[in-house]
Formats: sequence, C-alpha cells, structure tokens
Amino acid sequence: MPLWLRLLPALTLLAMLGPVAAGLAGTLLPALGVYPAAGRTGGSVQPLRALLDWPGLAAAVRLSVTTGLVSTMAALGIVTLFLAGWSGTRAFRVLELLLSPLLSVPHAATAFGLAFLIAPSGWIVRLLSPWATGWERPPDVIVTQDPWGLSMAAGLTVKEMPFLLLMALAALGQSDWRRRMRVATALGYGRVAGWLKAVFPAVYAQIRLPVYVVLAYSMSVVDVALILGPSTPPTLSVQIVRWMGDPDLAMRLTAAAAAMLQLALVAGALALWRLGEVAVARIGLRWIARGGRGAGADPVLRPLALGAAGLSAASVLLGLFTLAIWSVAGFWGFPDALPEGLSGRSWMRFARDGGGAIAQTAIIAAVATGVALALVIGCLEAEHRRRRPLSQKGLWLIYLPLLVPQTAFLPGLQTLLLTAGLSSGIGPVILAHIVFVLPYVFLSLGDPWRAWEPRYATVAAALGTTPTGTLWRVRLPMLLRPVLIAAAVGASVSVGQYLPTLIVGGGRVETLTTEAVALASGGDRRAIGTWGLAQTAAVILPFALALILPALIFRNRRGLHG
Amino acid sequence: MAEGLRLDGLCILRGETPLIEVDATVPPGEVLTVMGPSGVGKSTLLAYLTGTLPKGFAGMGRVFLGGQEITDLPPHARRLGILFQDDLLFPHLSVGANAAFGLAPGGPAARRRRAVAEALADVGLGGFEDRDPATLSGGQKARVALVRMLLSEPRALLLDEAFSGLDATLRAQTRRLVFDRARARALPVLMVTHDADDARAAGGAVLEMQAWRPTDRRAP
Repeated sequence: MPLWLRLLPALTLLAMLGPVAAGLAGTLLPALGVYPAAGRTGGSVQPLRALLDWPGLAAAVRLSVTTGLVSTMAALGIVTLFLAGWSGTRAFRVLELLLSPLLSVPHAATAFGLAFLIAPSGWIVRLLSPWATGWERPPDVIVTQDPWGLSMAAGLTVKEMPFLLLMALAALGQSDWRRRMRVATALGYGRVAGWLKAVFPAVYAQIRLPVYVVLAYSMSVVDVALILGPSTPPTLSVQIVRWMGDPDLAMRLTAAAAAMLQLALVAGALALWRLGEVAVARIGLRWIARGGRGAGADPVLRPLALGAAGLSAASVLLGLFTLAIWSVAGFWGFPDALPEGLSGRSWMRFARDGGGAIAQTAIIAAVATGVALALVIGCLEAEHRRRRPLSQKGLWLIYLPLLVPQTAFLPGLQTLLLTAGLSSGIGPVILAHIVFVLPYVFLSLGDPWRAWEPRYATVAAALGTTPTGTLWRVRLPMLLRPVLIAAAVGASVSVGQYLPTLIVGGGRVETLTTEAVALASGGDRRAIGTWGLAQTAAVILPFALALILPALIFRNRRGLHG
Repeated sequence: MAEGLRLDGLCILRGETPLIEVDATVPPGEVLTVMGPSGVGKSTLLAYLTGTLPKGFAGMGRVFLGGQEITDLPPHARRLGILFQDDLLFPHLSVGANAAFGLAPGGPAARRRRAVAEALADVGLGGFEDRDPATLSGGQKARVALVRMLLSEPRALLLDEAFSGLDATLRAQTRRLVFDRARARALPVLMVTHDADDARAAGGAVLEMQAWRPTDRRAP
C-alpha cells in the first residue's frame, strides 16, 4: 500500500478532531481567565463569576436542557411508534418517500417555515380565520419564541425526525425484523407491542450514536433558537454567541466560561440519557417478562403514530410552501388565506443582493465536500486493502465531532485564530465545515463502499490492473451514484452550517444561511421567504444532480440502475 | 512455461486450523480438477493463488508458474486468469470495453479495436462491442468474461465453479470452449468444482477434497 494511502486515515482524524481539540483548548484557557490577546495571562475565576452573576443563567440553562431532551425524546418517540405500527406497509413507504428529502432541508429554513405556519398571524390561523375563529386581527398570544421553548422544541423535533427515521431504517435492514415479527405475531402479540418487544432493542442499539448526536445538537443549536426560541433570556448557546459578538473583549472570557458550561451540560445530559437507557432496558425486560400481548393497544397507537409522523412531515412541507408563497406575495393582509397579488420584487431584490452569498456558499460547500470526499474515499480504500473493517471505536471517533457542542469549541477556534494572527476568512471557515461534513460523508458512503463485490477487484487484478488502477477504473465508476449522493449529503451539511460560518468567519463570511438567519430579527417575511427558499434550493440541487448524473452517464448500462 | 503450474506444499489455514493441503503440478494444456463439497475451502485455495486471501486465513507453501515463483508477487503481477461462477463483467463498461480491459496497455487504438473485434468474433459474439453487458444472455456473458480473460494473455487459468451458473446444454458448450482455448494456448488449468460432470469433461487429474476433521491431523 502506498505511503500516502497509509497516512490518510490519520490525516482524516486530524482534519476532523484537530479543530475540535484545538477549539476546546482555546475555549478552556479564556474560561480560566487566560487570554493573551487582551493582555491577560495570569488566570482568574473572574469569567466564571461574571457568568454566574448573569441574571438569565438559570433560565438559559433550563431552556437548553429542556428543549434538547424534549425534542430528542419526541423525535425518537415518533420514529419508534411509527416504525412499530407501520413498517412494511404502503403508508410507511409513502411517508418514507416524503421524509427522505426533508432530511436535507436546512435547519433555518425548517424553522422559518414552521414559524410562518404556527405564528398568531401564520398560515394556519389565516386558513381558519375569520370563519372558524372569528379573528379579524392576529390573536395576541405568544406562539413562536415562547418562553418555555416549546415551538423551538417542535422545530427541532420535525427537523430531526427524518434523520432518526433514516438511521433507524438502515438499522432495521440488518435486524431481521420480518422474521422476528412473524414469531411475535404467531405468539399472539399485537403489532406495536410485538415490535417494541422483539425488534426495538436491536434497532436502538444501532441508532444510539445518532440519537446522542441529535441530543447534543438540539441542546446547543443556535440558528433554530434564534428563529423559534425565546430571546429574553435566550438559550445558553445563543447567549454565548451574543457575548462573542460583543465589542468588549472581556465578554469573550464570559462566553468561554459559558461554553465550558455548555459542554458540561451536554456531557451531563448524555450521561442522564445513558442512565435513562439502562432504566428503560430494565423496565422493558420486566414488561416483556410479564408477557402482555398488547393487541388491544394497536387501534389507538397506530393511528396516533401515523398522525404524529404525518403531522411532522406535513409541517415541514407546508412550512416550505408558506415560505414560497411569502417570497412571491404582493400585499397580504390578515386574515386572507392568500396574498392579493403576486410580485417578483423579493426575488428581484435577491437576484441583486444574493450573488455574493450564493458564490461564497457554493465555494465553501464545493471545497469542503471535495476535501472530505477525497479523505473518506482514501480511508475506505485503505480499509479495503488492509481488509480490516472499521471498529466500534473508530465509529465513535467519527461521531465525536458531532457530539461536542458547536458552541463549546468554535469560539475557542476563533480565539486561537485571532491569537495566531490569522485573519478569519473563508479558508478557516472551510476547515471548520470539513469537521462537520466529513462524518456525514463517511457515514453516507461507508455502507455502499463496503457492499461492493470484492471479486471485481480480484478479476481486475487478474487482468493485470494495479490496486490504484482498479480504484479509478472499476470501483469509483461502479460506485458513482453513492459517491455523488455522499457528496450531496456533504454539500447539504455545509450549506446548512450557521455557527461555524458565523464564528470562524468572524461575521465577515456571508452565506445563504448566515444571511437568512440574520433576517430573523427583522421580520421582513418576503425576504425571509426568498432567502429560506434559496437556502433549501441550494441543498436540493446537489441531490438532484446526484440522481440525474449517473442516470445520464449510465443510461445504456442497465446493470447500474437500481 | 515448461513446468506449468506447480503448487509446492500448499497449506491453507483458517485461524490456527488447517483447511486444505495441496501438493500438485498442472502441466501446460492440462486440467487439474479440485473436487469437494462446498465449505472445504476450494475457493480459498484459488484466493491464495491470486493473492487475495480474505482476512482470517493464512497460506503456506510456494507457487511456481512456468518455473518462476509467484508466491509473493502482488495480485496484479501474477498473470493468473480467473473465471468465477458469476460473469463479473464490469457493469459500467460496454462489452467491447470489458474485453479491452484485459488487453495490455499501449499500441495504436485501431489495433486494440481489431484485437477485441477478432476475439469477440472468435466466440461467436462478432459486432457485440457496443452492447450493454446487462442485456446479454447468461451464456453470452460467460463468453465475454472468457474473452476478457484470454486477451490479458494469462499464463495459467483458474476456474472457480465457472460453469455452475449455466444450464446443462450451455454448460457443456461453454466448458468445451474454455478447455479448447486453454489447450490451444498450452495453459495449465486449475478447476475447482463440486460437479462430477465438470471433472469428467476436463479429462485430467482429480483431487478429492474432504471437510477437514480434527481426527485427520497428521503428525508433523
């Protein structure tokens, strides 16, 4: 095996974990009062004290923990019930088809869409007014940005549900669930109860890491919290970003202390979740041992599961639709269900102002995805030539950058860049994006790569082709479709990144996502509709290419279809 | 080429357990058939010869081809042609490009095209160059795989249940085609099969393999 290929796995780990480790160190030091850029080298507890003196702390901490736990439990609950009640049915396949593309819709667009849907002056109220509600003016109630973070938790739930569902589906494929269910049904178990008792343990064991990722992400997300979360006080992560943006450098020390607290909170919540797993497993075993068939629960639970999953999918789709209407709306008074006229002004404004953001988004996504793809293909090829598959420990390493809260290490990374005298620009932003793009590209490409028939390599070698020749001339062309889909996944992750672009870019790198989220405080619904939709289009385009290109290139190669 | 293919004290181990032991020479133009039920490690023997032994297996002993030892050569330098039960035609390439994949690189494009065209015509597939391999019948695919392998000018031929996927008539035809070509080129052939018909048609020596049992252990 050539040396460069031998070194690739280590290089990949470095690209993925290096920034995380450096960022954590760069956060820890200022949190302890060490900040040479501001002339502080002694270390003190002052940052910690400033954090504890902040009056909003308790509420901010509570919000982070509750929104994270509630949305993760809700998303997992809906996925579990839906799989239990409906896997293998036609309704299931229809919803699966609807949900798969939703996976790539950016968080910000999902949150904006939901806000436009459920706000007091949102589409749902408009559709029901005034004939059902009697309202001629938007009701004076707080729905979005509610102080309990319920709408924020709802936004996270509908966004993370498709992700967990897809992960669970992959796990389900390896669980032999049909035969398990046949046994359970033959023994008289109801559909939901039988699935929960016979299949769920195998599925959950496989999706545990993705569930942890959802929990860690939901607890520390910033863009969704800015759009749907409360603002006085906001979640801890939003407050960290505010402090980071403060012109007073001392505030960065407070931000660093808060970032360490955020890290501790996520670690604590993960530990709590793990304890919960143990408790659920114990209770579940006792429940199984009691032998209840639970057949009577199906007529209640199955419609409930379908309703919840359908509602979740519908709220994202309708939200996007509402964004689309607003983006072309002329005058649209309350409570009209539709605008009085259509107008192309928002899109014309976008065409005038959006060019820079589109270019930046495309460049960052293309470079980050290209680098990640090259590293991942190298790692998988090294794995193939060593005939040593990825270990469980290796899988943890891949998930690690997704488990560390972004707000915990990105501020430190930016501080380090400043200290090192590096200008924060598009280069560091690309490096930061790679940290998040790499794991998803790896997870997306890993299975199809390993499922490739290795005897093709034997045949190619017998025909005198070197391993590298086989990679380029046989394996990559045969795997073109999964490679392009992995690239689309990577691009969609990059396009959707808000915090790395904002913080590592020092606020000077403008992408579709940073610009869209920046509109949140302004309330210009037409602009939000345009930018949110453009952001969504930016992730759908790569997926469309990933599906169309192989079909075109291999249109005369039936063996590569399906 | 004087010596053909020589397997000198070959022993394949799964972990610590010996799986299969072979000591044999296949003269040029002749066929050695290795027979036995599935699971005795016949395919593993071929994987050792091609240098693609899966993880968990180990091989001992030396392999000579035409007097030259190839035991430690990388797989792509061994020049052992292999045919599997599945045709394993590259699905992204046309029939012609699949065949040309075996040709040594270089030379004018026109000559390469002619070589492919002649080789395809030789097995009754003249004019098939631009076809999608997925549209061929099972027997046609097997013949393209044979052409691709022969164009790489191998120095020996390995058959891994190569005819098992074909029905009886096609099977006899394809078998004859392969053996004829191998004999014409004086290639030593090592055939692994579980079918006695294959062994009879080959007409060469037959090695019967049995599932290895602990009681078979010989004193070293």
